[in-house]
Amino acid sequence: MYIRAASNISPQNTFGNQPFLQELVEYTGNKLTCIEPDYKSLIDPKLIRRMSRIIKMGVATGMDCLQQAGIEAPDAIVTGTAYGCLEDTNTFLSKLVLQNEEALAPTAFIQSTHNTISAQIALLLQCHRYNNTFVNGGASFENALLDAMMLLNEGDADTVLAGGIDEITPTSHAILSRMGLYHWPTTSNLNLLDNPEKETMAGEGSAFFLLSNKASGNDLAKIDAISCFYKPVGLSEIEQRINDFLSAQNIIINDIDAIINGKNGDVINDRIYKQLEQSLFANKQTINYKHLCGEYPTSSAFALWLAANAISNGSFPSAISTTDTPLKRVLIYNHYQNIHHSLILLSAC
Amino acid sequence: MDKLIADLKEQIIEQLNLQDVKPEDIGDDQPLFGDGLGLDSIDALELIVLLQQKYKVKLSNAENGPKIFRSVRTIAEFIEGYQNPNA
Amino acid sequence: MEQPVFIAGLGVISAIGNTVAQNLLSLESGETGIAPIQYLDTEHRDEFPVGEVKSSNDELAELSGFKTVISRTAMLSLIAAKEALRDAGIENYANLRTGFISANTVGGMDKTEDFFRDFINDNTKGRLRNAINHECGAVTNLVADKLGIRNYVSTISTACSSSANAIMYGTRLIKNNLLDVVIAGGTDALTRFTLNGFNTLMILDKQPCQPFDANRRGLNLGEGAGYVVLVSERVAYSCSIKKEIYCSLSGYCNANDAYHQTASSPEGTGSLMAMEGALKRSGFQPADISYINLHGTGTQNNDSSEGAAISKLFAGHYPKMSSTKAFTGHTLGASGGIEAVYSALAVQKGMLYPNLRFETPMEGLPFTPETRFSKQPEIKHVLSNSFGFGGNCSSLIFSKL
Repeated sequence: MYIRAASNISPQNTFGNQPFLQELVEYTGNKLTCIEPDYKSLIDPKLIRRMSRIIKMGVATGMDCLQQAGIEAPDAIVTGTAYGCLEDTNTFLSKLVLQNEEALAPTAFIQSTHNTISAQIALLLQCHRYNNTFVNGGASFENALLDAMMLLNEGDADTVLAGGIDEITPTSHAILSRMGLYHWPTTSNLNLLDNPEKETMAGEGSAFFLLSNKASGNDLAKIDAISCFYKPVGLSEIEQRINDFLSAQNIIINDIDAIINGKNGDVINDRIYKQLEQSLFANKQTINYKHLCGEYPTSSAFALWLAANAISNGSFPSAISTTDTPLKRVLIYNHYQNIHHSLILLSAC
Repeated sequence: MDKLIADLKEQIIEQLNLQDVKPEDIGDDQPLFGDGLGLDSIDALELIVLLQQKYKVKLSNAENGPKIFRSVRTIAEFIEGYQNPNA
Repeated sequence: MEQPVFIAGLGVISAIGNTVAQNLLSLESGETGIAPIQYLDTEHRDEFPVGEVKSSNDELAELSGFKTVISRTAMLSLIAAKEALRDAGIENYANLRTGFISANTVGGMDKTEDFFRDFINDNTKGRLRNAINHECGAVTNLVADKLGIRNYVSTISTACSSSANAIMYGTRLIKNNLLDVVIAGGTDALTRFTLNGFNTLMILDKQPCQPFDANRRGLNLGEGAGYVVLVSERVAYSCSIKKEIYCSLSGYCNANDAYHQTASSPEGTGSLMAMEGALKRSGFQPADISYINLHGTGTQNNDSSEGAAISKLFAGHYPKMSSTKAFTGHTLGASGGIEAVYSALAVQKGMLYPNLRFETPMEGLPFTPETRFSKQPEIKHVLSNSFGFGGNCSSLIFSKL
């Protein structure tokens, strides 16, 4: 499956024509929030007025991705989002409680449905084709990718627009912090992974990809395989899953040039990665990414954007890695709260 | 009536988040739906809530909506008629 | 390459019964589940009739095995999914590649609403256990864990077409040889969020709804869960399954209306494409369809739009049709799953369900829905429609073996 184009709105300077992570943006608050473009140049102002932040982010990256790929409309649109449109949900729910179920306005309710982003893109493009939304926690984006892969293999689509998106709002941050996901921050996101403690930083982002089974000659990279697994019993199961995943592609770990992993700075969360670094991933180049975008369920979309661009450029940006290994194969391994684990294998075209 | 019309224009812009529109851009008799200001059925529902919240006017039958919401003036006339039924 | 996929088990809980057998009894006797609100704590209690499952949270906790603190959405899901698995009777499903694809739109919102009452004025307040399973995916995980399924667990949310898309996705996972068995369908509980949300759209009926009637006034919301157990050909004909398979899932299609966020196009473009696409995939013609389980919500907009699409596609061979939402209400994320169960039963047992409370034909439509339950042994293929907000239109075809 070829990645023809990729678009990313994130807490780093990643959207539009920008040098590839040349300078990293530092955050010293308790979360990383997206650097957003001027949406008016990308979305019809008549439609923007109703869109909350996450919808604007999703639509903008989706449309930008299509523009980059030179495609007017894809043959399918698939999105993954764990929390959906939180701001709209919060608005409607708050008014419902405060106004005691009286005199409520419809817009926030309509926008709160999880499929709004996929639907808005379809509406803007008048795209009548397959349209789906996965809302499966930390595997939402990977499920969307797998759906895309099946559509392309089935011959029902030549191009699929697939995206992963989640937002952090003051309300969700407050609640998730109380649940112990996000603790008080380190001094800066750039040090997040240096001294793992009981803390990670919240993040958010929207990344969309134009995928196809036909090489265009200008593709960023290829996705060879995707796998998700749920609540593995222990390290040996994780190692087994990774080995099975690679051998199904007729390769072994030595054939991988770099591993992008989902370390987030929380000592318990990162234990698995540390253990793998002693075993299966020993002596492999490992790249971290969550200090750039923060932790959120669909952060693997950021990781995919990073991997695809690195492969296309031939190397990772020096701000992220100083190793010069030619990048033929990159493996992304991430887990979200040890519930959903995912593997994405990319290779150079 | 003029003050009500002026107020309504501001309320409509705020309720419907018409970001680049100023009150003086909306004609008193300009069609609000379809080609005029380009509002749609969701906006009509928002206007029903606006009438209830800001003017204490309840529209129980949505079918009367298109007639009442034709222009800012027709909305103002409806509000005045509702608030002063014997005038 | 195209291997058939079969339905080996069914499970359902709705306003008209807590099991498949109870639902069937109500469908046969014409006993509606639409009634005044009994369980949901809402200011609109006396205003809108709904299709509530006739059990309190305590009773559902007992039936499901979950604690009462768990979301009603999850409890409904587990009850129906367990019934479907038991019904399929696959002894060794833990040794097969088994997946759980569940859909919902509200997730744990029924509990989040309670949390918010305390949280809104002081963000240190509110019982966290009410917010912890808010996300749609969390509800699926709770149920997957109880079922002991780990191979592949996923959640889909595309408004009212959610569980039809879950069934479609499950089918494709089997056809792509990624799984052997998939429990697929959906669940949604009635919540203040959805009741008030639909009320802002002014499409709720203050009386029991009348789908496809000229004088229809809107929809009644409902709740419930419906799941089918999908199996590959190899599993269907192996000794893993000891009982009769219900039918095959011979056609499916997901299309988008791309007309408006909440309204359907007058011509029913998305509906037409979904039904056409399902037929094309099945290899059958419109004339082969014996019965359509309509989306038929009872709103002015849906019924005219769906009616227009059916008029066009089935011109000259209008099959029998009805909307079972007059029994269950519109169960949102669960509707595709619940109606898949009814459709599989219709094709296997040869039955037609009535469109309750139908009185006056819609002007301009060259067909009217069925008004009586009847046995129709010659039923070969049943089409089930699920059309939702965001233009998401999905159709499934169930075929006799």
